[in-house]
Amino acid sequence: MIRKTVSSTCLAAALLLSALPAAMAEEGVQLPPIADKVTRTECSACHMAYPAVLLPKRSWHAIMSDLSNHFGEDASLDAKTEQHIRAYLEANAADTGGRLPAISRGLSPSDTPLRISELPIIRSIHEEVGSRWRKRVGSMGKCNACHRGAERGRFEEG
Amino acid sequence: MKYRHVLATLVAATMATTVVAGDTSPAQLLKKFEAQAGTSGSPERGRALFTGTHTGGKPDTPSCTTCHTTNLKGRGKTRAGKVIEPMALSANPSRFSDSAKVAKWFRRNCRTVLGRECTPGEKADVIAFLSSI
Repeated sequence: MIRKTVSSTCLAAALLLSALPAAMAEEGVQLPPIADKVTRTECSACHMAYPAVLLPKRSWHAIMSDLSNHFGEDASLDAKTEQHIRAYLEANAADTGGRLPAISRGLSPSDTPLRISELPIIRSIHEEVGSRWRKRVGSMGKCNACHRGAERGRFEEG
Repeated sequence: MKYRHVLATLVAATMATTVVAGDTSPAQLLKKFEAQAGTSGSPERGRALFTGTHTGGKPDTPSCTTCHTTNLKGRGKTRAGKVIEPMALSANPSRFSDSAKVAKWFRRNCRTVLGRECTPGEKADVIAFLSSI
């Protein structure tokens, strides 16, 4: 585990936390995990099921519109399943039902990030993660490599 | 009485689930793809397809073994780090028992590795290969 207390990291984390007082925990943050079973099953087949609240609606829309080119793989679904998952993710996004506007902090409305790790606030929070840890984990998409409870929406401080 | 009723419901539910989750078998699928192809599945051709390096697909995944590894009795790993249960029938008898799952992953993975969908003959070859090891 990464044990670091770095002021800029804490500041960014605090910004995220302060935007979601109801979800504030003693340490880290509790985000609503994927509650929909179909979404959870399909989206966790290859990677952890990322909480819908971690991207704005337009990002989920873009991701679900190009599943045949999903981060270097074909992740296409039948039309019915795709529609179901799209509806869930868009309804629970940061700027819709998920209500976590802090996720879009520093993000231009014209930008449609496809990776959670590309969001300015997420980059900022993880700025102090050393290259050794980045290399060991392999990808910033593996939230649960450090945040063990990530699939349940629990993001402990690293 | 009540207990028996609950038990019967549970048994019925389990059976229903089994039917949904396991609606086919490797032998049934092999037969189906062979019939569509008009040829017999070949373990050798299946091995060549499965372990070969291909072009035409996505650049990060030139082979099935990119994720499934060359030890098909062992576990593989997705590029995003998730465990993939073994592909060899001998190590994982539950493979090829759900037709929707088989259709989904053949479609996705053939497109990912080959840049196109696999033919029924190729699917028969892969099932014959994975059944043989």
